[in-house]
Amino acid sequence: MASQKTLYPHEEKKAAKMKIMVIEDRCKGCGYCIEFCPVKALEYSNKLNARGVHPPKLKKNDICTHCGLCELLCPDFAIYLKRKEK
Amino acid sequence: MGREVLTGIHFWQGDMACAEGAIAAGCRFFAGYPITPATEIAERMAQRLPEVGGVYIQMEDELASLAAVIGASYACVKSMTATSGPGFSLMVENIGLAFMTETPCVIVNVMRGGPSTGQPTMPGQQDVMQAKWGSHGDYEIIALSPSSVQEMFNLTVEAFNLSEAYRTPVIVLADEIVAHMWERVTIPAKKDIKIVNRKKPKVPPEKYKPFSPDKDLVPPMACFGEGYRLYATGLTHDETGHPQTLSAEVQEKLVQRLCDKIRKNADRIVKVEEIMLEDAQVAVVAYGITSRGALSAVRKAREQGIKAGLLRLITLWPFPDQQISQIAEQVDAIVVPEMNYGQIVREVERAAKETPVFFLPKLGEEPHKPSEVLDVIRRAR
Amino acid sequence: MSVKLEHPRQSFLREGMIPHIWCKGCGNGIILNCFVKALDELNIDLNKVVVVSGIGCIGRISGYTNTDSFHTTHGRPIAFATGVKLAKPELKVVVISGDGDLFAIGGNHFIHAARRNMDIQVICANNFTYGMTGGQHGPTTPLEALAPTTPHGNIEHPFNLVHLAAGSGAVYVARWTVFHAQRLIESIKKALQKEGFSFIEAITPCTEIYGQYNKMGTAVDMMRWLKESSEVRYHYDPVKAEITPSKIIVGEFVDIEKPGYTRLLQEMIAKVQRKRK
Repeated sequence: MASQKTLYPHEEKKAAKMKIMVIEDRCKGCGYCIEFCPVKALEYSNKLNARGVHPPKLKKNDICTHCGLCELLCPDFAIYLKRKEK
Repeated sequence: MGREVLTGIHFWQGDMACAEGAIAAGCRFFAGYPITPATEIAERMAQRLPEVGGVYIQMEDELASLAAVIGASYACVKSMTATSGPGFSLMVENIGLAFMTETPCVIVNVMRGGPSTGQPTMPGQQDVMQAKWGSHGDYEIIALSPSSVQEMFNLTVEAFNLSEAYRTPVIVLADEIVAHMWERVTIPAKKDIKIVNRKKPKVPPEKYKPFSPDKDLVPPMACFGEGYRLYATGLTHDETGHPQTLSAEVQEKLVQRLCDKIRKNADRIVKVEEIMLEDAQVAVVAYGITSRGALSAVRKAREQGIKAGLLRLITLWPFPDQQISQIAEQVDAIVVPEMNYGQIVREVERAAKETPVFFLPKLGEEPHKPSEVLDVIRRAR
Repeated sequence: MSVKLEHPRQSFLREGMIPHIWCKGCGNGIILNCFVKALDELNIDLNKVVVVSGIGCIGRISGYTNTDSFHTTHGRPIAFATGVKLAKPELKVVVISGDGDLFAIGGNHFIHAARRNMDIQVICANNFTYGMTGGQHGPTTPLEALAPTTPHGNIEHPFNLVHLAAGSGAVYVARWTVFHAQRLIESIKKALQKEGFSFIEAITPCTEIYGQYNKMGTAVDMMRWLKESSEVRYHYDPVKAEITPSKIIVGEFVDIEKPGYTRLLQEMIAKVQRKRK
């Protein structure tokens, strides 16, 4: 299964403001990022990916501190901190 | 830096000659475990390898020894191990790995009395079938059989050349007598020793497929540390090296190519020596130490008016089918003396078809006496 | 301007091999993540890294790292790695394999490589089971645990791997769970820069097999168990660091200096060659 390499146009505007990126089709739904985020900034989205799993998304309250634990604890390289464009 | 090739005339033990042959061929890594009657090879390598900038290590067992040899070969260093029957039995799984990952390496098996612990200090030829069939799965092996101390040197060099040319493990099947006896050896100048090195890739890393063969069915071999980021596994794999454990097509293609790599190049690999066979009516087929007594028997037979000849097998695997078939058509009978209870004789019977084959087994400390072989030649006529 | 979705460590992973075969929540993915992050932070030349693995779920890791890699027969990665390192000492040779592969069939190779202080790093993904073949018990399976081969409860005592490593002569011994991802990365970095034999035990949840057999709940439940039962201690006596279901001591147990095998070998070769002059 090839993973999504770019965002769809309608997602781009939102993405410009995001701190966390999710490669949705890679997510297997283990729940680590959501459960162990120190400030509980993530939640399951309503979308279903190709695996039939709800990938994570940032909550609306925008409290992500950019600590990076979700990126480290993800076994599937599905979630990462957005780096500043060089 | 010590001398890599000890050019000159020497009086050496077979095991010493084998070690020197390896060094002359470019071997710079030896991993082994002490076992009679191959220990002297390890000891000579322990002495000589540091002198030529190579590495000797005594591993904790024979399983580790061959694993380390495969590792060193993948890091582009010619490598070797030496053992006897019990150690060879431990190595067979990794022989399969070396075959599957197309690793050039040399394994010396100095055969002794078996089975099991057997007779460690006595000669035997009981491992010849194991060399071909010891590991699981379909595979082919190249095995050479030295019959003199000179051949312990020459055939070890040849073993390295074959392993590099075909990217495959090669076995030197010596026996305890050839390994422990002392004979005169002539070592040529370094420039006169033919050395073959593995083919290197001609494409950059992005285009390289580690198991994509050339026309000769042998893929060029990149090594660790050269930027090719290559991946090799014992699992069935495609040309990129990635595992393909569910595809029948990949399995068939891979196994057949790996076997055909040896089978289809057999005529270039197989070597025999023909002595007095042009007009022979009885042919003796022998190898290793047995061929020495067999040659005397053949000469004595000729003196007695019997048209006998000797076909000495230098390559045991791939088996010299063609040569046996040809001889079988010419002669009335074939005699096969072996220091086992029936191994190569089965292959001879298969290849000789209708021609009667007389088998002369001998187990224990002495190789066949010429008179014993002569008796059978007379019976066979 | 389209935003490209590329994981920051995508280049450390082999093209076309991700997604990997590991189950949902399997800690092996975290070990892979931490390993490549350590390589990234050290800025190591990937052309000089060789990853060697044995048979098992974690054994597939060598196929995922964008380095020279080799997948050996069961139990033999350490012996293979020894050959690679001695043939080309300038390479960084890392063995990443499982508890069964390294300590059952491969046990002999582990203790001798540690004894020799071979300059390799060994990371053991300890999930207390033989996951790939269906969850059979192994040398680190806890007493009383259930497995298809211990349906009435395991009656074998498990290894205390950090004690075994320390006793065999390793110069660096650490244990972390995959929950301690950042500390695991730091230990991997330390090991990669250290002369001699380094051993890191990385406790990882087998969520779909060991976890299910032993009724440990969901992936999140198992990870929470790792978080709550582990206690970070530094320079703790490895003899006392046996793992129990309620207590996993993690930390660095051994960090000493001892000449590595490669150094001793090179000194010996130099001495021999000086004599021959």
